[in-house]
Amino acid sequence: MAQALTHSDPHIGDRPRPAKNYLNATTGIWSWMTTVDHKRIGVMYLVAVSSAFFVGGMFALLVRLTLLTPSHKLFGKVLIDADTYNRVFTLHGAIMVFLFIIPSVPGSLANFVLPLMLGAKDVAFPRLNLASFYLWCTGAILAVTSMIVGAVDTGWTFYTPYSTTTQSSVGLMTMAVFILGFSSIFTGLNFIATVHKLRAPGMGWFDMPLFVWGTYATAIIQVLATPVLGITMVLLALERVFNIGIFDPKIGGDPVLFQHFFWFYSHPAVYIMIVPGMAIISEIIPTFSRKTIFGYKAIAYSSVALALLGFLVWGHHMFVAGQSELATVVFSALTFLVAIPSGVKLFNWLATMYKGNISLETPMLYGISFILLFAIGGLTGIFLGALSTDIHLTDTYFVVAHFHYVMMGGTVIAFIGGVHYWWPKITGRMYSEKWGRIGCSLVFIGFNMTFLTQFFLGSKGMPRRYYNYLEQYQPLHAFSTFGSWVLGMGLFITAAYLLASLRKPMDAPDNPWGGTTMEWLTSSPPIEHNFEEQPVLEHEPYDYRPRVKKHA
Amino acid sequence: MEWFRSIMLPPQGSAFAGEVDTLYMFLFWLSAVLFLGIGGAAIYFAWRYRYTPGRVTPHITHNTTLEIVWSVLPLLLCGVIFFWGLNDWMKYAVAPGESMEIQITAKKWLWTFEYPDGSRTANEIHVPINKPVKFIMTSEDVLHDFFVPDMRVKHDIVPGRYTQVWFTPTVLGKHHVTCAEYCGKGHSDMTATLVVDNEPDFKKWLETGGDDWKNYPPEKWGEMQREQKGCATCHSIDGTKGQGPTWKGIYGTMVEMNDGKSYLVDDAYLQESMLQPNAKIVKGFEAIMPSFQGLLHPQDIRGLIAYIKTLK
Repeated sequence: MAQALTHSDPHIGDRPRPAKNYLNATTGIWSWMTTVDHKRIGVMYLVAVSSAFFVGGMFALLVRLTLLTPSHKLFGKVLIDADTYNRVFTLHGAIMVFLFIIPSVPGSLANFVLPLMLGAKDVAFPRLNLASFYLWCTGAILAVTSMIVGAVDTGWTFYTPYSTTTQSSVGLMTMAVFILGFSSIFTGLNFIATVHKLRAPGMGWFDMPLFVWGTYATAIIQVLATPVLGITMVLLALERVFNIGIFDPKIGGDPVLFQHFFWFYSHPAVYIMIVPGMAIISEIIPTFSRKTIFGYKAIAYSSVALALLGFLVWGHHMFVAGQSELATVVFSALTFLVAIPSGVKLFNWLATMYKGNISLETPMLYGISFILLFAIGGLTGIFLGALSTDIHLTDTYFVVAHFHYVMMGGTVIAFIGGVHYWWPKITGRMYSEKWGRIGCSLVFIGFNMTFLTQFFLGSKGMPRRYYNYLEQYQPLHAFSTFGSWVLGMGLFITAAYLLASLRKPMDAPDNPWGGTTMEWLTSSPPIEHNFEEQPVLEHEPYDYRPRVKKHA
Repeated sequence: MEWFRSIMLPPQGSAFAGEVDTLYMFLFWLSAVLFLGIGGAAIYFAWRYRYTPGRVTPHITHNTTLEIVWSVLPLLLCGVIFFWGLNDWMKYAVAPGESMEIQITAKKWLWTFEYPDGSRTANEIHVPINKPVKFIMTSEDVLHDFFVPDMRVKHDIVPGRYTQVWFTPTVLGKHHVTCAEYCGKGHSDMTATLVVDNEPDFKKWLETGGDDWKNYPPEKWGEMQREQKGCATCHSIDGTKGQGPTWKGIYGTMVEMNDGKSYLVDDAYLQESMLQPNAKIVKGFEAIMPSFQGLLHPQDIRGLIAYIKTLK
């Protein structure tokens, strides 16, 4: 029985939940493990990256707990010593970046939604898609093994020569990162081919939903940048195992070279993380504003611009690292260019809301949260792009706060918003809207408590990756830790009601939000081959003008 | 607005700090205004255009003029900020020719400073007020970073090459120095004190190590040296094993070395351990301690020995 929603909309198509759908078309664990259905792989990815998010989040809570007081004592005991603390923050960063954020939206949501949005039966290379998932699993297993045999203590950046001389299991972790890189490349390749070859009849490039544009731009970065990370990890391994001097000056290498290699990947990787997040927001905002997107082409091109500019700004991580003065100046100038496409997107979303018909269901709450948090993340980036202020702020908590606003306040908030947006399509069930709003509020409040504080810690001069800190920073650290509990609670509640929606079913209609893109044309959950018949493009995406409905 | 600046930024110890802060505060207010504009618009639209069933929204696809304006205006603004930051940064990048030069050697987890006259200090630098001072820095092991928040300067220290940073201190007294590039277990303890003196005080300090020590009993002075000179990073006083042996109860005991011989821990042994630390290595430890020859004045060594004697 389909549940009536809080509003009626002419676009909502409604059929009963199909008895045979992709979830139960075949049964048994083996049918999942060997599936080449992009929807199932997307669901497996969703479970996998969410588990990684859980583990990374636990490490984050541990980091904050350690920093609650300068003595690190809880109930009269030091729970975590300096050595353990270094491992904990390294694992938090490495897991969040490589196992969660990078594969999060492409692996799970894009995998599920992209072919549906294009009106396709699957991605271009279904087997490669499954291979990508298993590479992720292999990388995850290696990463977990490295934790058990001697967790890395280098920071997620693996800076040399510390990483080539430490006793911790850098080898295993770099191998994990290397393999995860290939997982990411496979996904990217697959999406590029899919977008080029599998669009529905009549769908030109500028008829594609903006989520597809964002995913496409991301895929280009994944394919072009990730090999550099792989090469860097191989060089690091060569140096550790065979003592070939590449990065360690004691044997003739150059540590700054490592930073160049590392950031040549890891800066574009920032866009691998944020562009899909922006792409989700570009879906959510018009749907819940019931109004066509403002500046479609500008948003599409700005995704591509971010993808390309992302390759030209890696040196802004190294203003004080010992690169040449000229390079520093050029990288600062180029960095400011990034502000333009980012700003353009923000303005376009606001203009989309203008004169809209806006309802505030959970996905839209995350959409608005994204606008607020990403604005802070972006604006504080200006402090770090300007040379003189960066000298003071770099390597402090200001940077930590800034990238958490972009990565967590941006990507993760968009990811959670996207999970809520497509949850009815993926599972065929509706979650509790009331709990959705409570969860979102807690996440928003907790996030700001945790990280807004850290801007002040940083500008006051508190360096990052510090176990011991001066007494004067204690109140801010404590407040940040309290915030992390609120944030953690919000996320636990979110996980709980989403899972509960599976157990206590409330069937979702085909198109609960009145979306105009093709994934809403099929049933919830979709049938195994996505559509009963090949969908044909009938209108541009986000067209909310009244019209005669053909799919009912 | 000084109080407001001081909420966010440390005290200003140099003229450069003032310039950085001016840009910082400009960016702060600019960001605040832009954030209120963007966030305010989002929230206002969500309320003003809240959902009413059946209302049809206008089909507004784009507005070229508006889009050009909101691309070009931020670009211009960014251009201004870039040149502003560049202009101040040029001062940071180029040290005046008449600067006093101090060599910094960083290693896990100790700062060593060497003055033009050859005298050395650990974890404490004195500089004369209102004179530009340039630091030539290198590392003996991994990356470190010389960060003086009050001066608003920071630069990585890279093994195998020299990097430099400079400032002109304008405020007397103590300023915090801290390592800002992750360097392992003792990273957050790798701090130092920068003391800005008047010219005469500085000269006197350079010759004698100052006469502050006369104000304390030797064992108290030794306890202070343990913190200041970085002994505490590796040597505990409560019996726990650090990078080096604990000091608790060692005085007067026989200690076994890694070559199997044993020695009595007396004044001579302790002095040798400070000045030629790798002459004898206690069993179970590595030869990683740097020599403190030239870093410790006679009064410091006397103080440290007196202090170790008190640790029963």
